[in-house]
Amino acid sequence: MAPRGTARRVIHDGETHVFDDLGTLLACASPRRSGDEGAGIAAASARRRVAARMALADTPLTAFLEEPVIPYEIDEVTRLILDGHDAAAFAPVASMTVGGFREYLLGWEADTAALTRLAPGLTPEMVAAVSKLMTNGDLVAVAAKTRVVTGFRTTVGLEGCLAARLQPNHPTDDLAAIAAATLDGLVFGMGDAVIGINPAGDNLATTIGLLEMLDGLRQKLAVPTQSCVLAHVTTTLQAIDKGAPVDLVFQSIAGTEAANAGFGVTLSLLAEAREAALSLKRGTVGENVMYFETGQGSALSADAHHGIDQQTLEARAQAVARAFSPLLVNSVVGFIGPEYLYDSKEIIRAGLEDHFTGKLMGVPMGIDVCYTNHAEADQDDMDTLALLLAQAGVNFFIAVPGADDIMLNYQSLSHHDVLRLRHLLKLKPAPEFAAWLAATGLADAAGRVPPLAPTAAPVARLLAAGGAR
Amino acid sequence: MTTLPTDDPFAVLRSLTRARIGLGRAGDGLPTAPLLAFQMAHAAARDAVHGAVDFARLADALAPHPTVEVASAAADRALYLRRPDLGRRLAETAAERLPAGPFDVVIVIGDGLSASAVETNAVPTALALAERLADLSLGPIVLASQARVALGDPIGAAMNAEVVVMLIGERPGLTAADSLGAYLTFRPVPGRRDSERNCVSNIHAHGLPPTVAADRLAWLVRAAIRLGLSGIDLKEDAPGALPPAEPPPALT
Repeated sequence: MAPRGTARRVIHDGETHVFDDLGTLLACASPRRSGDEGAGIAAASARRRVAARMALADTPLTAFLEEPVIPYEIDEVTRLILDGHDAAAFAPVASMTVGGFREYLLGWEADTAALTRLAPGLTPEMVAAVSKLMTNGDLVAVAAKTRVVTGFRTTVGLEGCLAARLQPNHPTDDLAAIAAATLDGLVFGMGDAVIGINPAGDNLATTIGLLEMLDGLRQKLAVPTQSCVLAHVTTTLQAIDKGAPVDLVFQSIAGTEAANAGFGVTLSLLAEAREAALSLKRGTVGENVMYFETGQGSALSADAHHGIDQQTLEARAQAVARAFSPLLVNSVVGFIGPEYLYDSKEIIRAGLEDHFTGKLMGVPMGIDVCYTNHAEADQDDMDTLALLLAQAGVNFFIAVPGADDIMLNYQSLSHHDVLRLRHLLKLKPAPEFAAWLAATGLADAAGRVPPLAPTAAPVARLLAAGGAR
Repeated sequence: MTTLPTDDPFAVLRSLTRARIGLGRAGDGLPTAPLLAFQMAHAAARDAVHGAVDFARLADALAPHPTVEVASAAADRALYLRRPDLGRRLAETAAERLPAGPFDVVIVIGDGLSASAVETNAVPTALALAERLADLSLGPIVLASQARVALGDPIGAAMNAEVVVMLIGERPGLTAADSLGAYLTFRPVPGRRDSERNCVSNIHAHGLPPTVAADRLAWLVRAAIRLGLSGIDLKEDAPGALPPAEPPPALT
């Protein structure tokens, strides 16, 4: 591929490293991961990786505005990023190099208010670049200073809160089975981010059936939350047309126009879907009506990566999300498989990166802390990543009964895991949801959810109201 | 102290789903029994992914059907997991071992992501399918190690197959570590898209029995040859309803 910009050169200990363009520099500076190696764009040696970081540290942030890593003419995501760039917000850091920007972000002056003002001035390439110079601890420390608050029927992302998507998937979309898993999660205080189902069959009838069941359950139990069926955006649009109770519109998105085409979406389709959901006016405390999932490797998987590393493309996917004021965005970090993130080291690093880059750009980030059975990872590694992300102030986690998603055949966090993190780190559910937990007696006076016997009155009442009796 | 989920309303709910609900709590953690049950299920899945298929034993079990063993370009399991592209290509000299055909049907048994799926379910499925296609010209059954689904393309092309059927170990979940998948491709050549294949998945003891899978596959093979295509344009009105399609491989 012909170089697309300025070559950069680093001489260290007599060894010269040349990086033909910004895309090459970013790819070589990225921590080692199987997806970039499979794409043939990773640094060929450990020394070259650090040399790339040295060159990146000296690169001015403005370079990312001047040298698009994917050409403006061929990619609508690049156009979205550059046309939407807020130069005034960018001004305080406009003269910095990437290395200087890292130190600024770590500095005490970069507090929550400063970072909130800065967010619209940052492009995904800038935040991806600076993340490549950060340690895991840096990624946690800086992200912990960011705050992105959104609302629909609950308020998600407040300081001191940790929300959860309750994910009661079932391999045949069985309504009773999904309701059972939903009740199990509610007893643990899960579901304040959303009760969201990945349907096994992406068709209109299934989607409407699931939407109606979830909405009925929500109203019967008077739970202040939102529901979502994670069908394709076109299916959800049809469901809206048919009058189905759609709270949030979901879509998987990626960081290039070509990869989004692989998902069957364009920016204008997403805008149309957002307008349709807004027109229903179903939110009570906010109007954030979109829910997006992203994941490193999705562009490579669609053969639509343009030679750009998977983490930079992930940040670009988050920039797509940002344009539609979503309620929730999460990376499905360990779901895409070991050909992108091989083991727990790579999954943990990527989870921290995805949270950091999204939050820095003002995206309401959650993480699906997860792995597949062919990755070199297990539940202990998920405990580790979840602890780190909870410290980093993640907006929400995915929670699945017993950590075992029986439809998608992978493991995430369990209801127990998320509840434990809340109690351990003194984090609360979304305030509207916390009030419901207190009113039902599922939470105690301190706002904690104690291990009640299944026959205890609050649990029995919930299950009976949910139709378990 | 452990809160035991006995005599509880969750008994009703548990009867509705295989999801791990009503597990009880030890403080905020899992009670010991469900913790270890989860670990055992994950261990079975891990053993299935990293197990090696005994292809010599498979060849014996398939006799008198002739068999031929090949390997993909992925030299070992670690490389196989990192580099799916290598698992879709034949090892350098492997094609020379394959007879040039032409054949109506070539059955390939690939290890895929579950050795236990192949060891348990591949032979009965392959034999039942061969029996149902006895009037067609059937190539030797190819036994392929470190194989991805698309390895059937270079194998089928080398053997001039009208249809290749790849029986392959599916990525194990915690509820079934031994699930076999079958992928049918008309006129296989390297570069076929996944949308040009038909899939019969979930072949295992608690899913689709091998004989029922063979019924569907035999119907699909004949339909593919008659219509001259496979994939999304080959409508799935095979005997009995087909199981739901696999969830999309990327994000859902």
